[in-house]
Amino acid sequence: MPVLARVRRGSYHDSVALLQAQQALRQMPGVEEAGVVMATPANLALLRGAGLDAPELQGAGPDDLVAVVRARTQAEGERALERLDELLSPRGPAGGAPYRPRTVRTAVRALPGANVAVVSVPGRFAAAVAEEALREGLHVFLFSDNVALEEEVRLKRLAAERGLLVMGPDCGTALVAGAGLGFANAVRRGRVGIVAASGTGLQEVACLVHRWGSGISHGLGTGGRDLSDAVGGASFATALAALAEDPGTDVVVLLSKPPSPHVARQVLALARRCEKPVVVNFLGAQPPPQVGNLYFASTLEEAARLAVRLSGGHPPAEAELEPEAVPWAAGQRWLRGLFVGGSLCAEAQLVLRGSLGRVWSNVPLSPDARLPDPLVSREHTVVDLGSDEFTVGRLHPMLDPSVRSQRLLHEARDAEVAVLLVDVVLGFGAHPDPAGELAQAWEEAVGTARRAGRELVCVASVCGTELDPQPHGSQVERLRGGGVVVAPTNAAAARMAGALCGRSEPRGEAGPLPPVDLPDGEGRTHGVPAAVRELLRGPVRAVNVGLESFAQSLQSQGVPVVSVDWKPPAAGDAELLELLSRLGG
Amino acid sequence: MDVDAANDVVVRRILDAHPVLVGVGRALDVVPGMRKDLILHAGPPVTWDRMCGPLRGAVIGALLYEGMARDEREAVELAASGAVRFEPCHHHAAVGPMAGVTSASMPVYIVENRTHGNRAYSNFNEGYGRVLRYGAYAPEVLDRLRWINETVAPALGQALQRMGGLDMKATIARQLTMGDEGHNRNVAGSSLFARQLAPALADCGLARDELRGVLRYLAENDLAILNPVMAACKATLDAAHGVTGSSVVTCMARNGTEFGIRVSGLGDRWFTAPAPVPKGLYFPGFREEDANPDIGDSTITETAGIGAFAMAAAPAIVKFVGGTPQDALAATLEMYEITLTENPAFAIPQLDFRGTPTAIDVRKVVRTGITPRVNTGIAHREPGVGQIGAGLVRPPVAPFQEALRALAELVSP
Repeated sequence: MPVLARVRRGSYHDSVALLQAQQALRQMPGVEEAGVVMATPANLALLRGAGLDAPELQGAGPDDLVAVVRARTQAEGERALERLDELLSPRGPAGGAPYRPRTVRTAVRALPGANVAVVSVPGRFAAAVAEEALREGLHVFLFSDNVALEEEVRLKRLAAERGLLVMGPDCGTALVAGAGLGFANAVRRGRVGIVAASGTGLQEVACLVHRWGSGISHGLGTGGRDLSDAVGGASFATALAALAEDPGTDVVVLLSKPPSPHVARQVLALARRCEKPVVVNFLGAQPPPQVGNLYFASTLEEAARLAVRLSGGHPPAEAELEPEAVPWAAGQRWLRGLFVGGSLCAEAQLVLRGSLGRVWSNVPLSPDARLPDPLVSREHTVVDLGSDEFTVGRLHPMLDPSVRSQRLLHEARDAEVAVLLVDVVLGFGAHPDPAGELAQAWEEAVGTARRAGRELVCVASVCGTELDPQPHGSQVERLRGGGVVVAPTNAAAARMAGALCGRSEPRGEAGPLPPVDLPDGEGRTHGVPAAVRELLRGPVRAVNVGLESFAQSLQSQGVPVVSVDWKPPAAGDAELLELLSRLGG
Repeated sequence: MDVDAANDVVVRRILDAHPVLVGVGRALDVVPGMRKDLILHAGPPVTWDRMCGPLRGAVIGALLYEGMARDEREAVELAASGAVRFEPCHHHAAVGPMAGVTSASMPVYIVENRTHGNRAYSNFNEGYGRVLRYGAYAPEVLDRLRWINETVAPALGQALQRMGGLDMKATIARQLTMGDEGHNRNVAGSSLFARQLAPALADCGLARDELRGVLRYLAENDLAILNPVMAACKATLDAAHGVTGSSVVTCMARNGTEFGIRVSGLGDRWFTAPAPVPKGLYFPGFREEDANPDIGDSTITETAGIGAFAMAAAPAIVKFVGGTPQDALAATLEMYEITLTENPAFAIPQLDFRGTPTAIDVRKVVRTGITPRVNTGIAHREPGVGQIGAGLVRPPVAPFQEALRALAELVSP
């Protein structure tokens, strides 16, 4: 079957536009498979993996757009690719459409009282947009990943000078005064406040708190590197201090992967000063016993359970799922976890290491379990498909589930694989029917395995609520209808998947978990800038720069939002950008 | 050297400028550096061999008008011989619409910037149809030009003197509240012009026929005020030119072959690129293939923050920009992306009296990729056919990028 490709050098398009073009190409007559992506190494590898390789892809780089189709005939492929430019042509304002501002400065003018910029432009441009927003007096929700660490330090320093909060970079979600930013679930408002350096960690805890009857006051993201030595917990400390004095918050939950020991001590010292119970989950660290107002949880599930209990609610007991015996074929023994949520991936590893021993991952809990090639699983493997190497120049798998679907089919063809473990993340900004996409891929995967005489089991959890645009109950039903086993929490799903695989001997030694260093005493007070206090009082008024779907989800929540019609500065020309930075432009 | 600090100075000068139309004079007598063998033209410098049709036609017309050639053939020979010199109006504190051709004996408006003391000049507008500024040079064209120059110009000069000058800043401000943007639409401004001049003209002791002719010139020419408006913009921007380190554009102009800009902090250098053909609406019988590439100094209006930059004020001509008043608003809103300030003197009622976007920053143009919008008349590519339409043109981004490079070399080598 002929494979045809087109390369557009130095061409930038919103990744949603790319996805739409890709879907449109797929639906054209005679087209078997299509890919429209920025030509990052990871994307090129994915294209090749999907049988979409062509000589034209040689020499294409991250700034180049490539479109590849596999078609029944050469002519049909040509005809489909001829429509590429039309499919990519900007959704330009039709005659009479209101003006779309091109910069944050003019957007603020168009939305008086704007207080947050939601930034999701490609990483290398994101810091400049965030800086512009800070200079316009906006708090920043910085969804973009691939932002340099020194840029993050610089932005947070600037934010501190201006009394503003930077949530991010690589901040997946936030719940601010009832508004969900980025990938956010619709949760009831309540007395539990969350500060999270992990996006899906915040989502999982917020959803469990909601499903177990309590609610969320605010869920403030900080970005995954905030608790590193370099950043020093700049956003975390401000957010924690703000929730400590927030009259709407009774219990504070802190979520992060294990921080730098020095920063952890500082943050916990600050938490000790808080006159409210504080639940701490440093996912992947050994939780110490309770100290004063600090309650340590080992998993997200446990953190949610503690938070609900401390806020006066009654969470259900841990679900005990009895897996049915599965007639495995000889040699079937490995677990493969395919995650879209980074913290869910980490939580699964934490649960599984107890029953399965060493679990390989591209984002391992300890360095000795690092997967040499994220694209190739070995033994027990749990992959985070939302980590940087998979998302440069393409959509996050929460928006575009096709990456996982392809990997699922690939794993199902491996005769040694027995159990698949997945997360399904619902909410604003996420794919409209992730369970449907997964169930469809799973049906195909199971079919392939069965034809080869193997049984496969897929265990899933669904992170979401009944109030989400994709209601939790119907998504669970869709999965069960497709033969997927659904557990009530991500931790429960991992326990069950581990139990299914558990007949085999544990593989290798799981390295020890790092301890949590406790502070000697209480920290100094951390002032809460007036503008942050103001922000939590709400309502949120947002300037959206980047993914259009984030603006749409804000609109659907009734949040006033103005969208910047963002384009790369100086069309991404490196020489001109350098001149502009020298000239302060 | 701090670009922002330099720009603050420039912005201040633009906003503080106070252009007043003080009188009329003969180019040779009043335009700095004017000589008998010199012909001024619109846009950046251009040699005879590279001149477009309309500009060549206007040069031929000017040589005939000045009596330097007896016919077209002689005029072409003379122009090609190097015996007459061609220089941009902009090199002589002057501006002219379309071909912008101004020769020694032609009268010019004199606009004085009362704040900064500098003066700027512009020739007289001949109205619509077959006119010199579109490259026509038939005997009747030159006859009418002579009548304007010999009858209308002195009368207006006298009237202006009696009035003690006419405040252009106030007049532009008023016309913007009356549906003009000051470039393609000047109906309201020209009416204000006539209304202010008429009483003074009545006192100038003109013969009844002459007075009737002058008043009719003002009454029938919707563009009568365009040239003084352009000179007012020029007087404003000249005062802002030459501030070391500034990235503000102080001149945009086209000669029908090239589009060029000058930047306050970059002295007398021009940054040019081939002039594009405007997109627009064509008069019956004409099409885009007939159009000459963009021509004229009238982009001085956009450079000063009116014209296409004030499009929101002129809903009557929205057909040029897409068709709806919303598009007109969008046109102005877009220009705020590339400008440093808003001119409170020129408030746009349709934007809740927000000032017009003012002081184009080459850095912002390069960063956003948004080039200034320009409203413009469209000339036929053959000399003398005249205006065949009107529309919108976006200058190329290359001159702005070049200027940025030059500025970087100067400011932070």
